[in-house]
Amino acid sequence: MIKRPSSMKKTISSFALALGLLVGTTSAMASEEGGLPSAGTNVRDQASLQRGAKLFFNYCVGCHSLKYARYSRIAEDLGLSEQDVMNNLNFTGAKFGDTVISHMPEDSAQQFFGKAPPDLSLEVRAKTADWVYAYLNSFYLDPSRPVGWNNTVFPNASMPNPLWELQGLQTAVMKSGGEEVEKLELTQPGKLTPAQFQQATRDLTTFLEYVSEPAALQRQRYGIWVLLFLAGFTFLTYLLKKEYWKDVH
Amino acid sequence: MANVFTRMGDWVNERAPGLMPVYRKHMTEYYAPKNFNFWYYFGVLAILVFANQIITGIFLTMNYKTSAAEAFNSVEYIMRDVEWGWLIRYMHSTGASLFFVVVFLHMFRGLMYGSYQKPRELVWLLGMLVFLALMAEAFMGYVLPWGNMSFWGAKVIISLFGTVPVIGGTLVEWIMGDYLPADATLNRFFALHVIALPLVLLLLVVLHIFALHEVGSNNPDGVEIKKGPKGNRWDPNKPADGIPFHPYYTVHDLVAVGFFMMIAAFIIFFSPTVGGWFLEHDNFIPANNLVTPTHIKPSWYFTPFYAILRMIPSFFGTAFWGVLGMFGAIALLFLLPWIDAGKVRSIRYRGTGFKVALMSFAGSFIGLALVGAGVVGEKLVEWVPSDATFWENTFGRVMTAIYFGYFVFLWCYTHLGWEKTKPVPERVVFDHD
Amino acid sequence: MANEVVDHGRRRFLTATTAVVGGVGVVAAVVPFIKSWEPSARAKSAGAPVTVDIGKIESGQKVTYPWRGLPVFVVNRTQAQLDALPSQDARLVDAKSNSGSAEQQPAYAQNESRSIKPEWLVLVGLCTHLGCVPDFVPTMKPEPFDPEWKGGFYCPCHKSRYDMAGRVYQGVPAPKNLLVPPYHFVDDTHIQIGVDPKEAG
Repeated sequence: MIKRPSSMKKTISSFALALGLLVGTTSAMASEEGGLPSAGTNVRDQASLQRGAKLFFNYCVGCHSLKYARYSRIAEDLGLSEQDVMNNLNFTGAKFGDTVISHMPEDSAQQFFGKAPPDLSLEVRAKTADWVYAYLNSFYLDPSRPVGWNNTVFPNASMPNPLWELQGLQTAVMKSGGEEVEKLELTQPGKLTPAQFQQATRDLTTFLEYVSEPAALQRQRYGIWVLLFLAGFTFLTYLLKKEYWKDVH
Repeated sequence: MANVFTRMGDWVNERAPGLMPVYRKHMTEYYAPKNFNFWYYFGVLAILVFANQIITGIFLTMNYKTSAAEAFNSVEYIMRDVEWGWLIRYMHSTGASLFFVVVFLHMFRGLMYGSYQKPRELVWLLGMLVFLALMAEAFMGYVLPWGNMSFWGAKVIISLFGTVPVIGGTLVEWIMGDYLPADATLNRFFALHVIALPLVLLLLVVLHIFALHEVGSNNPDGVEIKKGPKGNRWDPNKPADGIPFHPYYTVHDLVAVGFFMMIAAFIIFFSPTVGGWFLEHDNFIPANNLVTPTHIKPSWYFTPFYAILRMIPSFFGTAFWGVLGMFGAIALLFLLPWIDAGKVRSIRYRGTGFKVALMSFAGSFIGLALVGAGVVGEKLVEWVPSDATFWENTFGRVMTAIYFGYFVFLWCYTHLGWEKTKPVPERVVFDHD
Repeated sequence: MANEVVDHGRRRFLTATTAVVGGVGVVAAVVPFIKSWEPSARAKSAGAPVTVDIGKIESGQKVTYPWRGLPVFVVNRTQAQLDALPSQDARLVDAKSNSGSAEQQPAYAQNESRSIKPEWLVLVGLCTHLGCVPDFVPTMKPEPFDPEWKGGFYCPCHKSRYDMAGRVYQGVPAPKNLLVPPYHFVDDTHIQIGVDPKEAG
């Protein structure tokens, strides 16, 4: 009988290669979403989440709901007490266990903006964190639009910049002779410096990323233990296989 | 303790004496060739994923709401409000994709080692039926979350039936039960996805395994162990190169099960969307019959067939040819045992022509997948912005030609006696570690 | 081939270890599936404690409030009704609520009136027999179903009777006293149903 290199070792290396390829492609794909700069969010950064939540409930919830997210769950996951959430984040009189509904009745929203502002529960999953982050940084004044604002990431969006007091006012520098925006210029500074504003929008994006998938916090926590357990189990099965296959010649 | 089990066993045996022989036939006295390699894990892994899909599927139906108005919300309810619902859902969604990973590799194994050749044609045909049922199952499952990709995926796939001459339009309305994918469509797909097709799949899988155990497993050398010398450590009348499936292949497969579960767990816990490949971004937007997603494409496992559909232009005022090509791509696989009249099973001893053809075929499948997923298009827009569509179509059509060319070549190669095979050893090649 | 010896001990040990570790894995994997049957966040939110205003309930009156979808009776008992309670003890199954009905109220309501404040009776209005909602019959006069009636609850389904503290009478199908839910007084006119006094702090 001809001898070949150990099939078991080949098998193990094949699986390891598959796993490596998978990890590689996943991270590669995650990093090249549509050529937008990275949002740099980290949903395990609780301080960032708390700051982002504060921004959301001060600047966004007036128009946008988070209809799948409950105040109670937000409190639990962000390390906030019931009092914190009910006094500092919940301004609608909703109960602690309720989901986050916006202040604005739907028909008046339709009147102001032409269409109801979308629910943001799944915004990051639908658009990616990078997109949301870039969008929040890309508002500029545009008198030709009904609300006076435009956005380079989502042209002709019917949304004014809710954070203009923080960011200041941006205007567009057009490409020579063209309709296209070359870059945005801060013509009137806001309460925050550009660096502070980027951090604020990063915090807000982090919060929205968390809201898109609250389970992300749990799955990463449990995942490592599951993998360690499976590694141990697989090693045992390997020893078992070696032992039994001593019979096979 | 052991005594209790023995007595329980005896009690059952007395009343159902037919059970132990069945167990022996399929486990302890099923003699499988001892030289199985990496490629022989995927059958058992497919069974593992199938079991996972059934168990997690049952638990998902406990909270899923079958209605166009509530389906999307109920999936988010599972993801957020149901204790551990996220895990059950990710196990199911990851399982769906991994099912295809495993089945594609399992089928490729069959192509490499000639597992479809005589006397295993029936095993292959039943396997192909499993593949067909699996595709229907996956498609209908994909519709259930009622996201925008679910909706438009359903619309596009169902519209394929509209190209059928004469009855097309009526057929599409009949499938949907409405003038667009709607509540009625969702309800019937749910019924088919959770009960009808799983029953069919289960039956076919059982038949597939029974048919296999009638003729015995092939192996990487394509040597028929039943025709070789007799007598092994366990039985003087059984093939010398066979070993009992249990315990030897059960412990052997268990290692693969462990590795596979690590890969699955890595995805489930650390990257359940796999960058939009296993769960698409646009499917986190509720179904909207007025807005088509910008990047509409089917799930990755349908992309090769979808690409064939897109690459075949319409002739004589009908798009039916593309549909014919897509279904033909699958139908030809059914005919493989008769297209390939090779004298030798395994790629190890087949002619160079076969090796090149099979690698080209696998390459074309991956190439078509990339075309169908839009990856090729995106890259070409970067490289040749002005002619991207032309080059995408050219590439896709070459890939399509290679895909179909494989079957034509294989027929000529084996029926016209072009193939020069290497000598096949009398016994299997076995390496002990 | 037959020259090497199978190490049965090692084989058994590895088989047993793999089986045990695998078994632990299976049990761990089953836990999430079992837990998925627990009340969801939505159910918990809907079943959250409720605070009700009892200031408008007049003496001798009963008002029903929903809590976790269950009917909770809040009764403002009259002094006469309270005075009559001890007279029923001999006819009851578990007058002191310390044997068969020991689990039918929180410790702070395990007293003669089965309540925090004597006049305020708070009960889950479901018969302990088969879960019907008993009628509130506050009149202290002979009734067709009980000539010695001193007010209480009468279940129309299978004729179980309870006194004005929700204690079950002898000789009826119901085995236990009516359940007192956890509750506490937020102030003189508000109670919160679903939270014990000590939890509320």
